[in-house]
Amino acid sequence: MADHILEVNHLKKYFKTNRGMLHAVDDITFRLERGKTLGIVGESGCGKSTTGRCILRLIEPTDGEVIFEGEDLLKLGKRQMRARCSDLQIIFQDPFSSLNPRNTVMETIAEGVRVQKKYRTPAEIEKRVLELMETVGLAERLINSYPHELDGGRRQRIGIARALAVEPKLIICDEPVSALDVSIQAQILNLLKELQRKLGLTYIFISHDLSVVNHISDEIMVMYLGQTVEKAPSAELFANPIHPYTKALLSAIPIPKVDANKERIHLKGEVTSPIDPEDECRFAKRCLYACEKCQKGCPKLKEVSPGHFVACHCFPE
Amino acid sequence: MSEVRENEKTVDDSLVLDIQDLTVHYELEDETVEAVNHISLQLKKKRILGLVGETGAGKTSTALAILNLLPNPPGVIKSGSIRVCGNDMLKLSQKELESIRGSSISMIFQDPMTSLNPVYSVGEQIAESIELHEDCTKAEAWEKAEEMLQLVGIPKERIHEYPHQFSGGMKQRVVIAIALACNPKLLLADEPTTALDVTIQAQVLDMMCDLKTKFDMAMIFITHDLGIVAQICDEVAVMYAGRIIEQGTLREVFNHTKHPYTEGLFNSLPDIENREAELQPIQGMMPDPTKLPEGCAFAPRCPYAKPECINTPQKERSFSETHKVLCSAYDDPTFRIRREEC
Repeated sequence: MADHILEVNHLKKYFKTNRGMLHAVDDITFRLERGKTLGIVGESGCGKSTTGRCILRLIEPTDGEVIFEGEDLLKLGKRQMRARCSDLQIIFQDPFSSLNPRNTVMETIAEGVRVQKKYRTPAEIEKRVLELMETVGLAERLINSYPHELDGGRRQRIGIARALAVEPKLIICDEPVSALDVSIQAQILNLLKELQRKLGLTYIFISHDLSVVNHISDEIMVMYLGQTVEKAPSAELFANPIHPYTKALLSAIPIPKVDANKERIHLKGEVTSPIDPEDECRFAKRCLYACEKCQKGCPKLKEVSPGHFVACHCFPE
Repeated sequence: MSEVRENEKTVDDSLVLDIQDLTVHYELEDETVEAVNHISLQLKKKRILGLVGETGAGKTSTALAILNLLPNPPGVIKSGSIRVCGNDMLKLSQKELESIRGSSISMIFQDPMTSLNPVYSVGEQIAESIELHEDCTKAEAWEKAEEMLQLVGIPKERIHEYPHQFSGGMKQRVVIAIALACNPKLLLADEPTTALDVTIQAQVLDMMCDLKTKFDMAMIFITHDLGIVAQICDEVAVMYAGRIIEQGTLREVFNHTKHPYTEGLFNSLPDIENREAELQPIQGMMPDPTKLPEGCAFAPRCPYAKPECINTPQKERSFSETHKVLCSAYDDPTFRIRREEC
């Protein structure tokens, strides 16, 4: 039987706004196998980051279950959750604002090392920090540098080292490479892959860049307005997308080859408001294939082939 | 230094933009940032040039220099000439510049959220530019503004609305409408779609291509996304550390890549069709623009570099009339980069 490190069931997060309830994450369910990577893609505002944060309880979810190694994180008390935190870590998008500008590299990473209580003397801690720096490819001489002295790629490496410091089992990577240049982006992606191989990490990789997600993930979940519209193994999703939104998204990826740019599927209009959405397919207003059926209730995820789930009323027609 | 051509007397009028030997420095108190170093660039009517490079390569500085909009101090144009439709941008008076900017040449900035004025309605902002540059009444300008708005795919009923009432993609359309309001001959677009989602980006790109045909303009499209370049550009110039290290037609640069840096950029991109392919990032970091070497600035990161690369000034090499590369490795006639071999 597959070893599921994480199971998310009916996760919901509603925000109260002046105009009504904003459904940021609306009934997300998925399971994640140990040592694998789940990619979450979608446009801005589709709830992918909120999902990531709800799993860590950085944002308190409205409803649902987050079962990590058999234990529902949402039922834990504050202190128990804190103890659990060393198993789950997050790497943020912006390496410029996610590091404390007043802490050196040493201090930033050592914070995580100290939490663990495995290393006690300053010498032990420093040794461990240097070890971590080497793991993520930071030169030893940078140990006393401040974040502003370093460029984006190096800062992101500090973010990764900080996450690794507590020896986590699952890391949520929230757009870890979007702020970086392509050549540096590739360095970080390779580093993440290598760390996964070496340390047996499990990732949830959140990104809007489909080619990056495709490269790093075993499975991809496509989100639209807080809901999963399609979920499948990466190769399957790219070879055989079913949901009209996934198709449009895939066709919109600019491919860096002459004449490779195929026929684009144009979506009408823009994303509709996530505030008090009506009970209908949320994509219907932009969908090329929308019919009457689509106005009757939210479509549920159906398994169309092993491991491939789609939420669309019109499938298979 | 690359060869400096004497000021050519003949002005080719099919050229919308002619940059010769442009050098831009930012002179700070204790150091000088060499942002753009001796670049030459020509652009013909109705062509789209993709200006590609990573952060700090000098793309935006080049664009600002073309408009003579560099913040001064610290920005200084050290040498070179820039002609836009025959006008020497560096010799014009402030007043003449003002009449050219917005009418024959326009710019779209990266962030649509900050380039609109929040206290004026979008209609007022589009009409403002028309009133300034064209001899017309307020009512006529307003009418034209309505027309522009529809052209970029926004219903004209929304002309009285304010920027905060629009989404990111719509705001960028408004910015494009302002830029195109006076039918410019040359449009500088500085990463106009970077802040947008992929599906919206696809809409905006297609719209820009349509408008380019409609208005007969030339465009410089600044981006770091080679996918976008492949999609819309006719020509490509790749910048690194303030120099154009490779330029040519889209086909030449993409299919017959010559410069190791351009190759490195391609190798860093995940391949959609082949998930298993390992990424080969360029090692190291961009050099410090205050301490550029005499020779090739890419040499410390270049897998083909020889010890002399970093000290010998580079020579420009032409592989065809349009395809030019700045790399000393081609002194050896048998030299080939790996991408070309396979």
